[in-house]
Amino acid sequence: MSEFDGHRWHDMGGREAGAIDLAQHDYALWEKRVDALMVLASEKGHFTVDGLRRALEDMGEQAFETMSYYERWIAAVNQNLLEAGVYTIEELGRRMEEVQARGATYGEAAEKRDA
Amino acid sequence: MPHDHHDHDHLSPSGHPYRKDQDHPLSYWQTMEIAVRELLVEKGVTSDAEIMAQIDRMDARSPADGARVVARAWTDPEFKARLLADASAASREMGFDIGALRLIAVENTAQVHNVIVCTLCSCYPRNLLGLPPDWYKQRAYRSRVVREPRKVLREFGLELPDDVTVRIHDSTADMRYIVLPRRPDGTEGMDEAALAALVTRDAMIGVGVARMPG
Repeated sequence: MSEFDGHRWHDMGGREAGAIDLAQHDYALWEKRVDALMVLASEKGHFTVDGLRRALEDMGEQAFETMSYYERWIAAVNQNLLEAGVYTIEELGRRMEEVQARGATYGEAAEKRDA
Repeated sequence: MPHDHHDHDHLSPSGHPYRKDQDHPLSYWQTMEIAVRELLVEKGVTSDAEIMAQIDRMDARSPADGARVVARAWTDPEFKARLLADASAASREMGFDIGALRLIAVENTAQVHNVIVCTLCSCYPRNLLGLPPDWYKQRAYRSRVVREPRKVLREFGLELPDDVTVRIHDSTADMRYIVLPRRPDGTEGMDEAALAALVTRDAMIGVGVARMPG
């Protein structure tokens, strides 16, 4: 293990890195929803952009390397909302099970419950 | 609810066609997004309509917004002075919603070329340019543009003369930069709308310059 050089993993400025990948992807609906949830929940005072960043930074470098941008964002949004007491971890767990049971694709699982 | 869906009509709740990812296997993090969104709606924090409206608002933002601000600055010296003094206020003057963040415009000249980055995360003038390109958020750009900017700019196809100072501006969550590119030569007679068409996203990040007319 290397010694701490005074920069946490997310403090990337000045390090060596490879070529810039100019490929661009279109944002998917679920990603846009994550973005919207971040903006709305913070506008309503449940957390701040600093809270989002704190959670993202504390996820560590492994998360940065293995999860996509909005995967990390929903994890950080969720952590902040749990901390703010907006819902409990039990409510989240139950709801995620329900969502998963609705279908095998995002389209099916996002089709709401209220009949 | 006007936008509420009907089974299998292949439209999302926002009324847009589902994208391809809708048919891919549901991932863990997508499951979390759905669960969090539903809980927020049920708890009264937000509503489906408000989420749709926010997505539409974000979708409507694009580099064309920033380009209008740049073109105004090119044609109106008093506006340009206000933009350089307080880019948030000057942008609001044109009707753009800048939110709480502080926006700073940095002007390219014959002597100085400015570039923006967020080395710590991915802060970007999203209220004027829309969501950032993927490369802006990636390690390679964030790490290298402050270390070897000229080499990075060459990867974007931009070769700057040696006597031009390259200045890199590192954004934060509350303080974001936008580059005011140089107005290209040969554009003297052009109106604001025509000028705006010359202003690219990359020019306002600083990894490019404004297009030449014609």
